[in-house]
Amino acid sequence: MNPAWHALPWLLAIAFYFTAGGYLSLGTSILVYILLTLSLDLALGYAGIITLGHAAFFGFGAYGAALFAIHVNADPLLGLVVATAVTAVFAVVTGMLILHTQGVTLLMLTLAIAVLLAEAANRAYKVTGGDDGLQFTMGPVLGLFRFDLWGQTAYLYTLVILFVWFVIAWKVVHSPFGRSLDGIRQSQARMRAIGTPVWWRLIAIYAISAAMAGSAGALSAQTTRFVGLNTLGLLVSGIAVVMLVLGGTRRLYGAFLGAAVYVVVQDFAAKVNPFYWMFVIGGLLMATVLFLEGGLMEVLDIGRRWLRRLLRGSDPT
Amino acid sequence: MATATVILLDGLAYGMVLFIISVGLTVTMGLMRVVNLAHGGFAMAGGYLAAMMIRAGVPFFAAAALATLAAGILGGIAEMTVFRPLYRKGELAQVLMTFGLTFVFIAALTWLFGTDVKILPIPSYLAGPVDLGFRTYPTYRLFLIVVGLLLFLLVWFVIEGSLYGARLRAAVDNPRMARAVGIDVNRLFTITFVIGCALAGFGGVIGAEMLQLDPFYALRYLVLFLVVVAVGGLGSFKGSFVAAITLGVVETAGKFLFTDIAAFLLFALVFVLLLWRPNGLLPPKSVA
Repeated sequence: MNPAWHALPWLLAIAFYFTAGGYLSLGTSILVYILLTLSLDLALGYAGIITLGHAAFFGFGAYGAALFAIHVNADPLLGLVVATAVTAVFAVVTGMLILHTQGVTLLMLTLAIAVLLAEAANRAYKVTGGDDGLQFTMGPVLGLFRFDLWGQTAYLYTLVILFVWFVIAWKVVHSPFGRSLDGIRQSQARMRAIGTPVWWRLIAIYAISAAMAGSAGALSAQTTRFVGLNTLGLLVSGIAVVMLVLGGTRRLYGAFLGAAVYVVVQDFAAKVNPFYWMFVIGGLLMATVLFLEGGLMEVLDIGRRWLRRLLRGSDPT
Repeated sequence: MATATVILLDGLAYGMVLFIISVGLTVTMGLMRVVNLAHGGFAMAGGYLAAMMIRAGVPFFAAAALATLAAGILGGIAEMTVFRPLYRKGELAQVLMTFGLTFVFIAALTWLFGTDVKILPIPSYLAGPVDLGFRTYPTYRLFLIVVGLLLFLLVWFVIEGSLYGARLRAAVDNPRMARAVGIDVNRLFTITFVIGCALAGFGGVIGAEMLQLDPFYALRYLVLFLVVVAVGGLGSFKGSFVAAITLGVVETAGKFLFTDIAAFLLFALVFVLLLWRPNGLLPPKSVA
């Protein structure tokens, strides 16, 4: 791929900052969703871990960041790092329990973990605020940039963190470790036969993915200064999978496209009618699965090829 | 003692409803290996249709029968249009496709009927309490237990005793071998799928008293149905019966005794059961 293409999404994100106006907070939530979807791409897309429980990590990170800000320190970066780390530890523990299973059993176990965590958070209302959620204040980023009313700091802060995670994800999937995940997805038995420690590899990628999802949750809590039980809900897990497949799995940039299209479509359709968006998203999903297995990235690929042919056609050399 | 009996009876009635609805999911997920997140939609459609017909003056059982038929037909249409292309695709595509279908179900029902809860009036001869000797108990719940038991016996008899059942068992245990001896596995699964959807519709009708009927039905109770099938063992009817009854009794007991942590207990149990027996309580031979 031409390196210039890599700059495109980031340039668009920066351009959005200057042109968004009142939509900047919507932009921030898109960035948070991109990070969540990206994390799912590592676990589900590359390693083939079928999960409907990523909301557990998203919510764990969100509550972690909120509780850290309230009880320990209001510094955003410190809170983010701590929330990310504890989410990773949580993922290692749960991953060790469940990652020897596959298919529907694994799906149900990830689902059960998310439900258990949501119920626990609901019951421990003295700590988590229960249905009311937690509202808190954050200190300035790096001690310099306050979270302002227009969400400018929030947007740029989220964008920078997303970029850092994207670079990490890119390095991971293009490393020998990432290639071995490809093999594990295609056939665990064969990878085991050539001596790959499948279980450990799965735990490792599960932890990385969960840390990323935890970061996304922490960012969502920090930028809105609020965390509620919905961060742990089944809908979050479901939406993350939807955004990933809509955009295209195993592409990394698919997360960008899927999350952006999903949030924008939902926002517009919900304005027409509060239930209309379910119709649109449902239809979009079915169409994607039936006709566009590579997701929206495939449309982009077709467009790029067409563009190249057009350029070559006009160029006499 | 009296409390224990009530918990047991309530749990049984609840478990029977779960079982009736989950039979169809056992078929799709267990036998045809399609992760079907849209299954709750068929139960919901059955319930809504029956509610509409009863309001229009159709007697309860006639409405239930018609709704069962309609859910079956709906299942047949869905099988031919939506599910056929899915058989060859991976689990992820199946999850998404059926998730999308559920969204469309919910949006369509909201558009047609609004978001309010639909009540299915119980016929007057089943509405009252019945005297059990030491206390009274709602007749309708006893009726649910009886119907659930009869259906289980019927399903068991058909699967263990009929030619159709023998073919089905063969197709589950080893689809390639079954094809080789001349069984039309695809047609067999299609028929079973339609019957499963019809049963889900029936469960949606008679279980409406326990599982609240509104457009989000399809998502809210989906996890329960999935759990029944996964815990019971994919493709095992006996397993899903045992799982449905166990989960029904455990959840009811939890609600009675530990109101605060009932849902937590239920899913903790599911978690432990699945870790202990990853293939379910009573997996069919091909899996075990």
